[in-house]
Amino acid sequence: MHTDRSKARDRISAGALALRLLVALPAVGAAVPVRAGDVRAAVAANFREAASEVGAAFEAATPHSVRYSFGSTGQLYAQIAFGAPFDVFLAADASRPENAIEEGFGVEGTQFTYATGRVVLYSAARGLVSGPEALHEGRFSALAIAEPTVAPYGAAAVETMRRIGAYTSAEGRLVFGLSVAQAFQFVQTGSADLGFVALAQIARRTGGSRWIVPSDFHEPIRQDAVLLERGARNPAARAFLAFLKGSEAEAILDSFGYGRED
Amino acid sequence: MTDASSIWPPVLLTLQLAAASTALLLLVGTPVAWWLARTGTRWKEAVAAVVALPLVLPPTVLGFYLLLALGPGGPGGWLAGLGGSRSLAFSFEGILLGSVIYSMPFVVQPIRNAFEAVGDRPLEVAATLGATPWDAFWTVAVPLARPGFVSGAVLGFAHTIGEFGVVLMIGGNIPGETKVLSIAVYEYVETLQWPLAHLLAGGMLVFSFAVILATMVHQGRAGGRGSA
Repeated sequence: MHTDRSKARDRISAGALALRLLVALPAVGAAVPVRAGDVRAAVAANFREAASEVGAAFEAATPHSVRYSFGSTGQLYAQIAFGAPFDVFLAADASRPENAIEEGFGVEGTQFTYATGRVVLYSAARGLVSGPEALHEGRFSALAIAEPTVAPYGAAAVETMRRIGAYTSAEGRLVFGLSVAQAFQFVQTGSADLGFVALAQIARRTGGSRWIVPSDFHEPIRQDAVLLERGARNPAARAFLAFLKGSEAEAILDSFGYGRED
Repeated sequence: MTDASSIWPPVLLTLQLAAASTALLLLVGTPVAWWLARTGTRWKEAVAAVVALPLVLPPTVLGFYLLLALGPGGPGGWLAGLGGSRSLAFSFEGILLGSVIYSMPFVVQPIRNAFEAVGDRPLEVAATLGATPWDAFWTVAVPLARPGFVSGAVLGFAHTIGEFGVVLMIGGNIPGETKVLSIAVYEYVETLQWPLAHLLAGGMLVFSFAVILATMVHQGRAGGRGSA
């Protein structure tokens, strides 16, 4: 298991691998208290900034390391279905982790909600957004959302617009990011006048204008994590999920505006 | 977030990928180019067209087929099963295979042209002097076609460095394994880390210019020598 992971990391350089083996040989037989492992995590785009802080805290608290691959939840799920070598999956919904278990990619009994997310209507310009009326007035030419079929935050955006009766008028002016990260990029750079993004993306940013969508305007964004088959025998992967459940991670998530279930 | 040291793993990985692809491309591309240059069969242009397909196909199309071929349901998945994993996609080997296929026309075409320019005559002379076809290939055809090999290798290397679409489809953006330079630029732009995006993008611009200039200068010299 350990060699498997070291190998994967060192695949960059066969020379480095050979060197590592040479260096490691004399150490064989020496007592190693906790084996450092590597976690490969597939993480929904909205969670990027929080994940990097959780990862730093995890690496400080344990001997393990974590590497992230970010994308939309749907995109990551497709990669997992095609055999991508991830140990854990931090989705932006509950249904993909559920599917992963049903399809045999996820380990039964390991799914839990690590965060509940909030959607924000946001503009990089000041004073453009103060409430849902920003959508009605039609003072914008482009509204960015994440692609609803693969990104739960995009689906919540569509649901919100339907709920306030703005979808039909806005439909022709929608631009789609492949994930909520790209949707945010469109808005933050001013390419799109406004857009629906994740609260976590702007929680620490000042400036612009925002309307935090009431949580009952759409199905709750329950972000679930699940241990994947590939990580089932990786103690570092289980340690990472345990850390994500813990109070240190909770404090970080809280600072990004995420909620916790109960 | 704007830690400049984070640009090195993708750069090193990309160089590694390009070096490995170029070696494989020369290994596989040379016999193909030789056959295309020498054969008289009427299927020749059909084969040449297959090799050239990546010039026209969207990388997403190639990526889609590769994903199926490398994934759990395809031959690549079967092969990966021998090593204990489910898929060859989302691995360094996977993007290496993708890059080799995608850059093949850039290597085969110049080498084929160079072989064709050598013509029959030097090989016939070599044969009358008692050289076996194998000897003639290595001691006559390859040295004479050297400019073609240089162009092919440079273009294959450079094209792999710039590869984006196929890797995006079959790579999975895994740091240290499949997160190559072009994907890193995409991610830096998407996450608004523009200083890092500038660093990589500017570096690529200079690199690409240098490669094209070097190729042109080299071709100009080789051409000059040929007509002299």
